[in-house]
Amino acid sequence: MKISGRVWKFGANIDTDAIIPARYLNSADLANLAAHCMEDADPEFPKKVQVGDLIVAGPNFGCGSSREHAPLALKAAGIAGIIAPSFARIFYRNAINIGLPILEAPVAAEAIQEGETITIDLENGLITQANGTSYQAKPFPQFMQQLIAAGGLIAYTREKVNPHA
Amino acid sequence: MGLTMTQKILAAHAGKDQVEPGELINCQIDLALGNDITAPVAIEEFTKLGVDAVFDPDRVVLVPDHFVPNKDIKSAEQAKQLRDFARKYRLTNRFDVGTMGIEHCLLPELGLVGPGDLVIGADSHTCTYGALGAFSTGVGSTDLAAAMATGEVWLKVPEAIRFIYHGQPQPWVSGKDLILYTIGTIGVDGALYQSMEFSGEAIAQLSMDSRFTMANMAIEAGAKNGIFPVDAKTLAYVQGRAQRPYTTYTADPDAKYAAEYEFDLATIEPQVAFPHLPSNTKGISAAAGVSIDQVVIGSCTNGRLEDLRIAAAILQGRRVHPEIRLLIFPGTQQIYLDALKEGIIETLITAGAAVSTPTCGPCLGGHSGILAKGEKALATTNRNFVGRMGHPESEVYLANPAIAAASAVLGRIASPAELNLKEVSLAQ
Repeated sequence: MKISGRVWKFGANIDTDAIIPARYLNSADLANLAAHCMEDADPEFPKKVQVGDLIVAGPNFGCGSSREHAPLALKAAGIAGIIAPSFARIFYRNAINIGLPILEAPVAAEAIQEGETITIDLENGLITQANGTSYQAKPFPQFMQQLIAAGGLIAYTREKVNPHA
Repeated sequence: MGLTMTQKILAAHAGKDQVEPGELINCQIDLALGNDITAPVAIEEFTKLGVDAVFDPDRVVLVPDHFVPNKDIKSAEQAKQLRDFARKYRLTNRFDVGTMGIEHCLLPELGLVGPGDLVIGADSHTCTYGALGAFSTGVGSTDLAAAMATGEVWLKVPEAIRFIYHGQPQPWVSGKDLILYTIGTIGVDGALYQSMEFSGEAIAQLSMDSRFTMANMAIEAGAKNGIFPVDAKTLAYVQGRAQRPYTTYTADPDAKYAAEYEFDLATIEPQVAFPHLPSNTKGISAAAGVSIDQVVIGSCTNGRLEDLRIAAAILQGRRVHPEIRLLIFPGTQQIYLDALKEGIIETLITAGAAVSTPTCGPCLGGHSGILAKGEKALATTNRNFVGRMGHPESEVYLANPAIAAASAVLGRIASPAELNLKEVSLAQ
């Protein structure tokens, strides 16, 4: 599957408090999370972001708390994928588990600028700028590809615990 | 090839003799943990799995600690979801206001975690139990949901970085300072996807409370886990508490480390992490003088008895500065009670501190101590990200409880040395 979208750029070490501050974690309602997504990094972001937009960020994206509300907020706000040189490990797991595409691609993360429209081929991890320049993201290990193909961890686990359902 | 301590624990829980760094393995877990923020999402996902039981009602633990005592109606609904789930699935270990504590203070105290265990928790500071020689790591709600049903989790076998600490600590230096200094050295992603294995003769001298503090903050360097060798102090702590048999693992002498750092404690003074990253550390001599509005002593990082004891030793016979609000959060009901019996609570209240029931409270900007625009807090907590304790334009400085208590007296970031205090003995 290929996705194309407009890029919002963020710096290094974007933490989960910036993605969704804890003051909104008294509810996991997706509309609530989307309405406050990234607001401590950019107060206008929830108003500006459009469905299908992409985030390109610096290293260690999603550091801090284990709150799955962080990738849920980004997904609910319409973010279709995130490119960064590296992701904090709990955020990485959470994004895979809930089906939010993330790509580790240091050179692309550096080169791509805010406002560009880029295309990501989720099958092979190829990231392409409008001028045709392309970058190869780090491939997912095979087990993770199975998880993604199954539709996330819950669908994968449901199959495992109820093989005949 | 020799294995690190973490690799050995993972191999044992995957039924393997040998594992390789980078290998993805399926592990049996000893315990799964959730709290009042993460478990509600996990419970929703759990119900989609179509199972009618948790894998083991003795090994699923839900602790409401973040927004309790319920701070508003929505938080009350989330805490109630935990209660209803615990009742429905007949969970053995049930905790609520009055019997609870901050999860990472509570579980070791009750012996629900022991050496060699593999624990996952939907809370990033689950890595705290590495102080006991356990492998424990934070996961998200969906991982918790799957683990509550299957008793299993997939993990990538991590490489390890070895941190070796030598020498005698300077006055007022505790585990908090060693871990802040370490994070300041390697950065907030310095141990990303890796284990932090702590060792050296200075580690052997550290109290269990200081070890919990260090393992707790491994996540602030991006680590998967932080882990300590099991020694006589660990076993003394576990004895009489452990609710299950436990196993002691040691790293192989030929274990391979991705990197090694050696620190001489003679060069490490008490540390302060400036806004807005835990790695933004300075020694107290370069940090003293910053004006503050609030001091917080508590959290899963520094809300244990030793932490309250040192704060009381400094506040004994002194007053909290009139421009400072000093908030104390004992980690568990038991810690609160022990501190009460020791006279610590009386000393703190007499000095002008406010003492709360156990809760995460202001650490994550939840409740009970939120900062206004432009306010600054010195806290013994673990994170100082933008907006962490309240308004996005407020600031958090991280330090140990001794620095926190002295700063509360002087109304600015300060060392107890400024109060002409010699270090008090905390030997238990």
